[in-house]
Amino acid sequence: MRRGPLLVTFLSGAAVAALFFIPHHQAQAVNNKLLEWTLVVYAFALILGSMSLWNSHARKLNARAEGWPFSLVTLVSLVGITALGIWKGVGEGSPVGRIYNTVNSPLASTMFALLAFVIASAAFRAFRARSVEATLLLITAIVMMIGRVSIGPLISPHLPGVTEWLLDVPNLAAKRAIAVGVGLGAVSTALKIILGIERSYLGRS
Amino acid sequence: MIETWIAAFLTLCVFSFLYRENPFYRFAEHLFVGSAAGYLLAVQWHNVLIPNVWTPLTRGGDLVVLIPLALGLMMLARIWSKGAGIARWSIAFYVGVYSGVAIPGYMQAQIFAQLADAAKPWPPGAAGVNAALVFIGLITVLAYFFFSLPHRGIHGVGARIGIYFLMVAFGASFGYTVMARVSLLISRVQFLLRDWLHLLPS
Amino acid sequence: MTWARKVLSIDRRIIFLLVAAGVALPLLRPVNLPITVTPRVQAAFDAIDALPAGSKVLLSMDYEPDIMAELFPMSVAVLRHCFRKHLQVIAMTLYPAGTGLGERALRTAAKAEGAVLNKDYAWLGYKSGFQVVMIGIGENLRGMYPVDFYGTPLDSIPVTRGVNAYRQMAMVINLSGSSATDYWIQFAQGRFHAPLVVGCTAVMATDYYPYLSSKQILGLVGGMKGAAEYERLIDTVGDARRGMDAQSLVHLIVALLVILGNVALFVARRAGEDLGGRPAGSMTR
Repeated sequence: MRRGPLLVTFLSGAAVAALFFIPHHQAQAVNNKLLEWTLVVYAFALILGSMSLWNSHARKLNARAEGWPFSLVTLVSLVGITALGIWKGVGEGSPVGRIYNTVNSPLASTMFALLAFVIASAAFRAFRARSVEATLLLITAIVMMIGRVSIGPLISPHLPGVTEWLLDVPNLAAKRAIAVGVGLGAVSTALKIILGIERSYLGRS
Repeated sequence: MIETWIAAFLTLCVFSFLYRENPFYRFAEHLFVGSAAGYLLAVQWHNVLIPNVWTPLTRGGDLVVLIPLALGLMMLARIWSKGAGIARWSIAFYVGVYSGVAIPGYMQAQIFAQLADAAKPWPPGAAGVNAALVFIGLITVLAYFFFSLPHRGIHGVGARIGIYFLMVAFGASFGYTVMARVSLLISRVQFLLRDWLHLLPS
Repeated sequence: MTWARKVLSIDRRIIFLLVAAGVALPLLRPVNLPITVTPRVQAAFDAIDALPAGSKVLLSMDYEPDIMAELFPMSVAVLRHCFRKHLQVIAMTLYPAGTGLGERALRTAAKAEGAVLNKDYAWLGYKSGFQVVMIGIGENLRGMYPVDFYGTPLDSIPVTRGVNAYRQMAMVINLSGSSATDYWIQFAQGRFHAPLVVGCTAVMATDYYPYLSSKQILGLVGGMKGAAEYERLIDTVGDARRGMDAQSLVHLIVALLVILGNVALFVARRAGEDLGGRPAGSMTR
């Protein structure tokens, strides 16, 4: 039952890769049409994800499992904001826009702000000069932390210059090698998918 | 005003996790998941489904949009275990298109352009020394990532030097990661001190 | 128990308090440490500054609230610079939750510089699919965005009238906290040769130095520090500049903690102390 989907993958992948190199406007129109279709498929994938979220929390609620009142919070906010957003819009000034600024925005940014505390504690406990490599990493990190902020030049006027060199030479070299490696990996994986060698994305039969 | 108080309350709910996990944090966490998913759906409705499906279909009579609509609806079949086979067609199309897009994109921007820049002639003076170091770093780090041969002999020496380049790069990344996380915290504290408690000038 | 052992077993909440104080105190009592502009931010500023008035610029603000601390002040600073130079900005986002933020950044900058919606800038809003949108704009902007965020057809908006692809735009500016930047480099610059300026989170900044060297990107603004430098270049004081004293102090605290942790471990080992068998990296305390 996978032969059909594999053929779809081959045809769509090969077509888009080939159309990239054909500048004729008709070819590009076809390319754009195929790309636009993926937007719609993606939107439905998000609807599917939300349905799955609903199922997971509704099950907890029905079973009165541990923490079910929190699942109720998720379900009410999911349905309420979806319905209000579809009905009244999502722009700045709309009810959902205001909820977004009041609820989503502070919650999301504070979740990530917690990481400042965690990274400080982790650096204190785990950042050890146990080997030449670890010492090199540690010294570079300290020089970067101090040298890239305003206090750096006050400690030593040479620090900003040192950080520029570290970024422009050893960092650039390593990051370039990683970029080339990632590029080669991505191209080979894409080719394996298009040619039907890699099939795990279709799931188990 | 009331909105600032709600935002401050939710901010403190999340920060309370630093002491230990508690019902306030779990409330904030669950509210965040539900509201983020709801917002996402509403935005998709207004920005994708209406302009790319509904409007062309109802105003322009463009029947071609029925194809992506059908593929999208087939994706929803995945919610039932028996519908996995139907959803596979949509996934196949989506993965196929993105694989096709990836090949020329990565080849051009991350492989050819980077190697072309690495192969440029070295300028005279200190800039030339730096360019040579970048070239040596590129070759040795690639040697480190090449696992088809054991890291012995000249290959082993190259890989060893490559590790040193990588460590400096990771150290730089760590320094910048600390910077990023601290910035996020500064912003939240600015909100609490200025917008909520009015202890800072606007 | 020696001092070294005591230091190594310090409660993590004391470190949390130190970090919190390091952020709050400089905000309450600022000393306004000088901010030096780094060459990459200067390059980004110069590239935008060199555009003639009336040029169309595509600005994609690809981030969500989780990292808005870094990219929101950057968006406002870059937009204010564009409006001062009378560049016409076509703004968009590739993140659904970036819609509200992008709109807020535009309104904030427009209010400060007296810019007007549709005359000086257009807000296209969100569209999903990174590569899809970027390639789509290369040929047919209207295929991706038939209407703007408010439902107005692009031909009815002065800023977007006559603009349908990168070739009609003087520059693409991408402010992003994700791999979207990689794809802007691959498609807007690589495929369609659009001049590209990048602003990103500090976490990502070191990854883009190879693209600066190869001139695939013209300038790089990294994190809140980069945003503070940009604010200095356009001579304004925003949230990024106000936060830089706290940034310095917390960096100093983290660096000192790392040094202290290593010295304490060294001393404890020299004294032959049993470190309790708990891995040094334990985060559970």
